[in-house]
Amino acid sequence: MRPSVTLAAAAVVLFSSIYVSVGAEGQPPVPTPAAQTPPVQTPPAGGGRQGPGRGTFPAQQRALADPAVIERGGTLYGINCRLCHGPDLRGGDLGGVNLLRSALVLNDQDGEGIIPVVAQGRNNPGMPPMPALPLPADQVKAIAAYIHSVAAKAAGQGGPPPGPPVVLNIVVGDAAAGEKYFAANCASCHSPSGDLKGLAARYSDPVQLQTTWVGGTFAGGRGARGGPGGPVAPAQVTVAVTLPTGERVEGRLDRIDDFVVTLTQADGTPRTFRRSGSVPQVQITDPLAAHKQLLPKYTDKDIHDVTAYLVTLK
Amino acid sequence: MSKTQRILLAASLLVAPAFLSAQNQGGLDPASIVKPLADSWPTYSGDYSGRRYSALTQINQTTVKGLSLAWVGKLTAGPPNAPGGGRGGFGGFGRGGGSSQVIVGGEGSDEFATGGAPSVKGSILQVGGVLYVTAPDNVWALDAIDGHELWRYYWKTRGGTHIGNRGAGMWHNYLYFETPDNYLVSLDARTGKERWHVEIASFNEQYFSTAAPVVVGDHVLAGTGNDLDMPGFLESFDPETGKLQWKFYTVPMKPGDPGLDTWPSLEAARHGGGQTWVPGAYDPETKLYIIGTGNPTPGYTGQGRKGDNLFTCALVAINVDTGKMAWYYQTSPHDTHDWDSAQTPVLIDGVIDGKPRKLVSTASRNGYFFTVDRVTGESFATAKFGTTTNWTKGIRKNGSPEPDPGKEATVPGSLVSPTEGGVTNWPPPAFSPETGLFYIQERNGFNLLYLTETDPRGSMGLAGKTVGQVGSWPSALRAIDYKTGKAVWRHEFPGVNGAGGSGGLLATAGKLVFGGDGGGNLVAFDATSGTPLWHTRIGSISNAPQTYAVDGRQYVLVAVNDTLYAFGIY
Repeated sequence: MRPSVTLAAAAVVLFSSIYVSVGAEGQPPVPTPAAQTPPVQTPPAGGGRQGPGRGTFPAQQRALADPAVIERGGTLYGINCRLCHGPDLRGGDLGGVNLLRSALVLNDQDGEGIIPVVAQGRNNPGMPPMPALPLPADQVKAIAAYIHSVAAKAAGQGGPPPGPPVVLNIVVGDAAAGEKYFAANCASCHSPSGDLKGLAARYSDPVQLQTTWVGGTFAGGRGARGGPGGPVAPAQVTVAVTLPTGERVEGRLDRIDDFVVTLTQADGTPRTFRRSGSVPQVQITDPLAAHKQLLPKYTDKDIHDVTAYLVTLK
Repeated sequence: MSKTQRILLAASLLVAPAFLSAQNQGGLDPASIVKPLADSWPTYSGDYSGRRYSALTQINQTTVKGLSLAWVGKLTAGPPNAPGGGRGGFGGFGRGGGSSQVIVGGEGSDEFATGGAPSVKGSILQVGGVLYVTAPDNVWALDAIDGHELWRYYWKTRGGTHIGNRGAGMWHNYLYFETPDNYLVSLDARTGKERWHVEIASFNEQYFSTAAPVVVGDHVLAGTGNDLDMPGFLESFDPETGKLQWKFYTVPMKPGDPGLDTWPSLEAARHGGGQTWVPGAYDPETKLYIIGTGNPTPGYTGQGRKGDNLFTCALVAINVDTGKMAWYYQTSPHDTHDWDSAQTPVLIDGVIDGKPRKLVSTASRNGYFFTVDRVTGESFATAKFGTTTNWTKGIRKNGSPEPDPGKEATVPGSLVSPTEGGVTNWPPPAFSPETGLFYIQERNGFNLLYLTETDPRGSMGLAGKTVGQVGSWPSALRAIDYKTGKAVWRHEFPGVNGAGGSGGLLATAGKLVFGGDGGGNLVAFDATSGTPLWHTRIGSISNAPQTYAVDGRQYVLVAVNDTLYAFGIY
């Protein structure tokens, strides 16, 4: 039978776990967990501590060739391969395959897989043919070293090595239509001469501006603390709990589930109440409620138009 | 005779005499997995149906209020003598203050050693009174009555993505599990000693393996995964020797292969993804293994792979003896959101207009629920189950959703629901034949999806986009009528940040559904109404609750990362 110490220790575990924080309410939406393929910046939760090189593959683990060899290989690649396989090795206009995800390249150690293919060419059914190239083996070896050096710089989750920065113009909307949309849907809480004054100066990157206003996390609007022009804290989610006795307790919502609600009162005192169905009465005030209600209603054009208008609020 | 062997022998004599009959080989008779789920939990979903419905009734709507803690077990991972690796459980738990035997295998060097707190994100087998638990690079055998450790196996990895492990498979006295560096490893379940390991996917080609192998007769069915635009496949191995029996690719690999006309070129198809992340369900009558496939790749930049991209994001039915596909049903044509359709399908013996009908249902990451004829693959019902799901233009004649190209990543941004993780993900659903309800944790939310790779070749892997998180929406436990796809009830979780159920679900003949909520509770819900009947706050559930019985006592078992909790009625 179980030793009695088992139950005693288990009780300690359960008790202490009550204080485990599960995530604060009123914060920006939490990233959805449990993805098969997690965002790169998230440390993997499975398996614990990350050792050196863990989470990587041979293409990133391998020792690179001498820099002079890689440089020579790069030059030779430019002369012999680039036209078909592209300046970034990801395939070119003449139908050469993407070398960074080529099984031949990924399995090659030191040119031994690549040399015969370059020498003999390739003509696989259904695939673009590759002509034979009469290159000395040491040149192909240098090219292989160059290819491996590029593959080693690959981003996580199968992403290619970072290329030159690309600036895309996301401001494609109609500012006049956006102003109209704003007047009809946003002006009851926000004003271009009030809380949004100088908004575009605060958010010079339109992507950041757009993501911020759609999410409602830029801390303007009614209920926000601080004034226009400066950085302001987002308004807090508050909750009012009305007990069966009639006592009403208000404060910042810390957390809520079907069984418990925790709040922090104005004087900094936290309080937790058990919940059983509709008792006690719980009323949550979410300053972002109006933003959230718009999410299923926006068309992408609405969003782009409003952004085009907001970037004019310098 | 070791202590472990004594326990196993005692357990098998007392608890599971049926196991001894199997070809005189002992252990788990593969034929017994066909039986409905009750005392043991011998395969990923408990039984082959994928229902996660247990016939056990000791814990039921009346008794659940008295459910209390039976034991807690904290798992330690990593090399035997690593910092933290030699720690016993707390207060006499886990290893009883000492270390059980750690068996070490693997092809890697110490450089890549993993250690510290593991996270259990898969199914735990329970056979003959022993639990078999996995996390990346680690397998534990624990006593099912009090959770004490019998042995641990540690795999020295070569590297690879260590995101999770979905569990082990079992055949007689042998265990099978996959490693992040792509080995199928077979252990002797009695001792933890390794029998053999075989490479099941190329590490050079950046596959990484998280799936739980599923044993069907004399086949060990093993899936794998990849983020670098490599083709998905399912393999079958001989359980005795590890020899490859067949390999089924989920995308066309040569001229003339079916589905090639749904890709712009063979080169695109051969880099088209469709990974086999999560185990499928098996129908012994048709000998078909029905599994959901992963998303096409590159994930977010579909411009280089125009077309429906078969057989990605589909249910595929594969004959277990031949490895040949009998039918497919695509649940997400031309996905561009990394929403795989790998979710465990559920076999349902339905009654339609008074006549029995063999069906299979799946709730996909993309927010749509499907019921399909599991003999022919013909559509029976399609319905949206993500409340705010907005990426389609409608439903095709065959029940497949028609993707809206405007809801792909665009340069000025498109507002997309659900978020990257999907309305659901790998955590499994449950189905109760008693209520006729399919239970699923529904997660909602919105992203702004910006295309950053405008090159007509597309990007690679999951690159080529940036994601702006712009809003949450309430999440819920949803009970779906499999005949219509419509919600019969929906238990919405409170709060404003969209926190929803964590982990997967378990349904029982006690008319209960067990699952995590958004607040760190394990909850027993009324299976007919969704009303919470019992809860305990142990932290965010990291796998799906399971149940088993040993010595006449029913246990509910669940993991919170490195800690297992077992509950029972006393």
